[in-house]
Amino acid sequence: MSATTARSAATARVLRGLDRGMALRGVIIVALFLFALLALPALVGADWLTTFASVSIYSIVALSFGILYGRVGMISLGQVALLTVGCWVGARIAYGTSLPFPIVLLAAGGITMVIGVLVGLPSLRLSGLYLALITLMFAGAVTVVLSVTDFPNGGGGFMGRFGTGALTTTTPPVRRPAMAVGDTAFYRYIVVVTAIMFLLALLHVASKPGRAWASIRESEPAAMAAGVNITLYKMWAFALASFLAGVAGCLLAAQVGVPRAITFQTQDSLTLAATALIGGIFSIWGAIVAGIFNQLLPFLFQAQWGVNPNFLLIIFGAGLLQVLLTAPGGLVEQFPKDMANLGRLVFRGVRALLSSREKAS
Amino acid sequence: MIEVTDLTVHFAGITPIDGMSVSFPGGTCGLIGPNGAGKTTFFNVLSGFVKPAAGSISAFGEDLLKMADFRRARWGLRRTFQTEMAIEKLSVFDNVAMIHEHSGAKRSSRQADVLAAIDFVGLGASPRSKAGALNAGDRRLLEVARAVVGSPRIVLLDEPAAGLPDEETEHLSQVIQKIPEAFGALTILVDHDMSLVSDCCTTAAVLDFGKLIAYGPTGDVLRDEHVIKAYLGTEEDV
Repeated sequence: MSATTARSAATARVLRGLDRGMALRGVIIVALFLFALLALPALVGADWLTTFASVSIYSIVALSFGILYGRVGMISLGQVALLTVGCWVGARIAYGTSLPFPIVLLAAGGITMVIGVLVGLPSLRLSGLYLALITLMFAGAVTVVLSVTDFPNGGGGFMGRFGTGALTTTTPPVRRPAMAVGDTAFYRYIVVVTAIMFLLALLHVASKPGRAWASIRESEPAAMAAGVNITLYKMWAFALASFLAGVAGCLLAAQVGVPRAITFQTQDSLTLAATALIGGIFSIWGAIVAGIFNQLLPFLFQAQWGVNPNFLLIIFGAGLLQVLLTAPGGLVEQFPKDMANLGRLVFRGVRALLSSREKAS
Repeated sequence: MIEVTDLTVHFAGITPIDGMSVSFPGGTCGLIGPNGAGKTTFFNVLSGFVKPAAGSISAFGEDLLKMADFRRARWGLRRTFQTEMAIEKLSVFDNVAMIHEHSGAKRSSRQADVLAAIDFVGLGASPRSKAGALNAGDRRLLEVARAVVGSPRIVLLDEPAAGLPDEETEHLSQVIQKIPEAFGALTILVDHDMSLVSDCCTTAAVLDFGKLIAYGPTGDVLRDEHVIKAYLGTEEDV
């Protein structure tokens, strides 16, 4: 076979690979997006819609955790702290300036990105438990700083205080974009921004940085031998993950209107990491499942079923144990396998029943 | 051509390479020796993972030791490892493309170069199949495809045939023999399979306890009494 013929045959194999599976996946994603954007607000009440807005926001944060741990192998327990930083920065910019909301969103993401890269610097030397501890300490430091500064301090200036140093007494809600002031409109705004953030992450994962990250996760020496600039790509991952968390934080600030420091606790970063692992850190669907676990389940427990949502910590703990022991890919990888096994069991049962009836007759 | 002069490496108390001086002229050269002789350490020095205590390495006129480790791949230094390093979650195509995109090669030629490398090694699996789904023989071929994609100048193969059945080793041998002609790359092969080394390599160097004990045409080297002694020992040792 000539080299040209061999090359054409290989190209044809590639084109066949880009095939129906991808097209089907694309159709499902678009359909789900349109359902969440257009149909869901008409089907559920205001409290449900607020919860789904939070699900959307926390999916972005879980996605940022998934990029760091699932793609590069760097465990960060400070992602909710970065969400909080984004929330604080977004709130301050919204209070202190009259910039259009999309610019506020980008600025919050950008500033959080810079802070996130600084937090990620130890990852060049540390990994595993030590990096996890450093990022958890950062989460603790953010909680302390916010309680000291009496977050969110609505009003003028950078810190939201009068010239005398006293806190401003009135805290107006963080403003929303002019085109999406109402709850339903702002829910739709959040869904669109979430979709853009997921697209941004997907573009990274499917291209040069994604392959470099996968190589680093597999083996740093092998990545280095392949010409990957480890420092650059590790910092790139921290920058992207922090940007995503910062944008999510800014959305959260405008969603809740008056964010309170007490809402953001250090352990939230641990809960988010647990739910992200349960959902699945190697897939973007896992981030959505994590958002649902993180925000929808507490709502169902507390507001719908009247059960103390703290029980969820026990459930998440058991779920995490199960995932770590039997399903490292999380629910999004395990659930379809379980369903297939169940289908096979049912099929065998039905077949056995039919054959026994045949024999009986 | 690679010129190694007085290369010495120290690790806490031991000297895995001790004053090694050798030149690899081109084509496919073998680097053999018993376990612990310093072969992989030599590859690690070339890759930049290990900094030598003394000595110099000149590769095609460039001082290799002055080059940043990750820049060596861009310059054209490629290698495989004793343990497979193909990324299981990526496709065969992406595994090879990842090396190409960090090698400084033109983006416009990526698809053609990647597919050419996959075809060169005779990998039958679809380029879209996940590396994790390949069998052991195909994974080794994928490793070699990663090492030759684009324009390599030096290809280091660290025990590429370890554990493979004879039939697959024979195929791999044919692939290795074609590398210098197809890509113009100097290839250094480390392996314990002497028939593979003698089939592929025109010249061979032998390390024992970090010292170069023989160098020359492969046939002569494999008959050298010092080499036989290093591998099999002597009656006195017994």
